[in-house]
Amino acid sequence: MAGNNPTPTEYIQHHLQNLTFGNHPEHGWTIAHSAEEASEMGFWAIHLDTLGWSIGLGLLFVLLFRKVAVKATTGVPGGLQNFVELMVEFVDNSVKDTFHGKSQLIAPLSLTIFCWVFLMNLMDLVPVDFLPMLAQKVGAMFGADPAHVYFKVVPTTDVNATLGMALSVFALIIFYTIREKGFSGFIGELTLHPFSSPNKLVQGLFVPVNFLLEAVTLLAKPISLALRLFGNLYAGELIFILIAMIGLWQLPLHFTWAVFHILVITLQAFIFMMLTIVYLSMAVEKH
Amino acid sequence: MNLNLTLIGQAIAFAFFVWFCMRFVWPPVMQALRDRQKKIADGLDAASRASRDLELAEQQANETLRESKEQAAEILEQAHKRSNQMIDEAREQARQEGERMITQAKSEIEQEMNRAKDELREQVSRLAVVAAERILESSIDEKRHAELVDKLAEEL
Repeated sequence: MAGNNPTPTEYIQHHLQNLTFGNHPEHGWTIAHSAEEASEMGFWAIHLDTLGWSIGLGLLFVLLFRKVAVKATTGVPGGLQNFVELMVEFVDNSVKDTFHGKSQLIAPLSLTIFCWVFLMNLMDLVPVDFLPMLAQKVGAMFGADPAHVYFKVVPTTDVNATLGMALSVFALIIFYTIREKGFSGFIGELTLHPFSSPNKLVQGLFVPVNFLLEAVTLLAKPISLALRLFGNLYAGELIFILIAMIGLWQLPLHFTWAVFHILVITLQAFIFMMLTIVYLSMAVEKH
Repeated sequence: MNLNLTLIGQAIAFAFFVWFCMRFVWPPVMQALRDRQKKIADGLDAASRASRDLELAEQQANETLRESKEQAAEILEQAHKRSNQMIDEAREQARQEGERMITQAKSEIEQEMNRAKDELREQVSRLAVVAAERILESSIDEKRHAELVDKLAEEL
């Protein structure tokens, strides 16, 4: 727990604060000691915990899969290879069902999204105080005030992480649209739907309206993608934190919520992957 | 909940992982899957071929078995025939041999009988002569006597 006797509000806020390293207007490049300091850093700051865990888990994913891929035999697969093949086939089938264009990228992209997001979500099942307390102990060893050592374990409860991935997907959507339909096709898609008219003048009047509608549609894709994952995991994490505050009764409650959450984290990883495939197939397909 | 550089960092990490996955993970796993698919297909193919071969071989074996059975029956029949024939031949030979031996024995007996008859006749005639000699007691001359004996011998 944060500090010696934190109020529930302090406890929750402490849990929801990232370990931020950034350029503070007064203290220069440093680790933020409070939420205020972190927000004062503005854009030029990074969340060490989010990036650390996400990169660590990403490395775990790629290295594990790479290890299997190197040793992949055509004979009887071992346990781990079986698992990897299961994942690969599952993703491959999902992609084949939905995405009808030709691309070397979509399937590995989907696999990465699914496994990575799943692993990041999985951190949610680690009891909420374990790793932050460990971090506080480590921080204390380096002379920091334990009350000001923040540590948020689940990267997907940081909107930066989800939005970072969603914007990458967004960039891919635009890239694929332009690749398949050309720049004029992209512009046309933004301005000539859903209202169109054979009359040039009327069409000209429709263009701004269409652009407004289509731009919102386009921008809604990455935003909804990011916020859906973030919202689900943030809410789940918040409930874990609330449960952690109620004393002994937290044990059955925590267990129940964790079991339910296994479903949520898998589902959210799957939804993020599936929507990515759907958006990209929409970008590729002609109307 | 501040938007900051983390977003960029996450995007870069994301791009890196996707690239790594696309470059080093996906192709070998898919290759292995494809290879295994091919292997299994080949295996199934071979299995069906083998079962077809097995069926053929069974058919052939049955055919051969049937043929050899027929042959065996034929050989058996021939052997039966041959043995019957041999028995008949042997019987015939034995019969002939017996007949031959019987006739030989008969002729020997006849010869013996004839010889015995001759001997007997001679002895009888001699006895008769002796008897007659005794009866006549040298009353008859030698010449008449010889004539008489010869005549007697001829008549016998």
